[in-house]
Amino acid sequence: MDETDRRIINALQGGFPICEAPYREAASALELTEVDLITRLQRMLETRILTRFGPMYHAERMGGALVLAALAVPEADYEHVAGQVNALPEVAHNYRREHTLNMWFVLATEIPAGIPAAIDKIEAATGLKVHAFPKLKEYFVGMNLAA
Amino acid sequence: METSTLDAEDHRLIVATQGGLPLVPRPYHALAAQLGLTPEDVMARLTRLLAAGVIRRIGAVPNHYALGYSANGMSVWDVADECIDSLGEAIGRLPFVTHCYHRPRALPLWPYNLFAMVHGKSRDEVEAQMKQIAMLLGTSCRAHDVLYSSRILKKTGLRIGN
Repeated sequence: MDETDRRIINALQGGFPICEAPYREAASALELTEVDLITRLQRMLETRILTRFGPMYHAERMGGALVLAALAVPEADYEHVAGQVNALPEVAHNYRREHTLNMWFVLATEIPAGIPAAIDKIEAATGLKVHAFPKLKEYFVGMNLAA
Repeated sequence: METSTLDAEDHRLIVATQGGLPLVPRPYHALAAQLGLTPEDVMARLTRLLAAGVIRRIGAVPNHYALGYSANGMSVWDVADECIDSLGEAIGRLPFVTHCYHRPRALPLWPYNLFAMVHGKSRDEVEAQMKQIAMLLGTSCRAHDVLYSSRILKKTGLRIGN
């Protein structure tokens, strides 16, 4: 990743234009050529510097639902439970964190009724109580980290 | 926009773009050809979805580990319910906070109701960010913690079907 890649990341975490030749327009603002911008984005996607390039959708406004949830998993069962939880397609992300609640995951479903159904499946499979932390209010969501 | 105003073509457009935009000089024309729509229709639909907030933004999603942000903490705070909204807005404006939400407590195990994801290049940097948040919250905050992710067990993101 060089200085130009950093400039691209810092400038393009949003605001990509909707027009006939958007890469050309975005490249021009960065004083790059269209080919250079496309090639660099391609390379940064291939090398996983970028996880995606395109529209970021708002799950709830597409009719879907997202819920953060956590389990307190006994250490001896951790790998087994991680396998059981990860096996569900509704589990979009899952992280180990250091706390009594040591497994934190996001359930993402196409319809809101999918969430309690997924929680029931996890509780039945693991025998553990799922603590759900649905968002009551969103103050900020954005990725604005400097490269 | 109510979700019921998403029509079948919107849904197809979402499915076609949720993995990313085509990396070709005229990406919206490429999508139009793929979906059997006109380029004008594709651009009008994306403009409308963006204005309605169904699309949060269009651009690059960096892998924060690749940018050197290896310390990623879920900071959690127990703040008075009556002032959580103004505090949450203020915390959400901090440059190192990528997500900030009001969520329910789960007493007695979990007293925290304000969640802010913080990102630093080291745990020391995150600890300094925690102090900054604590100063902003002042006496409205009764307890706090930060839970670092010590392992990614799964990361696929939301995908809707066809």
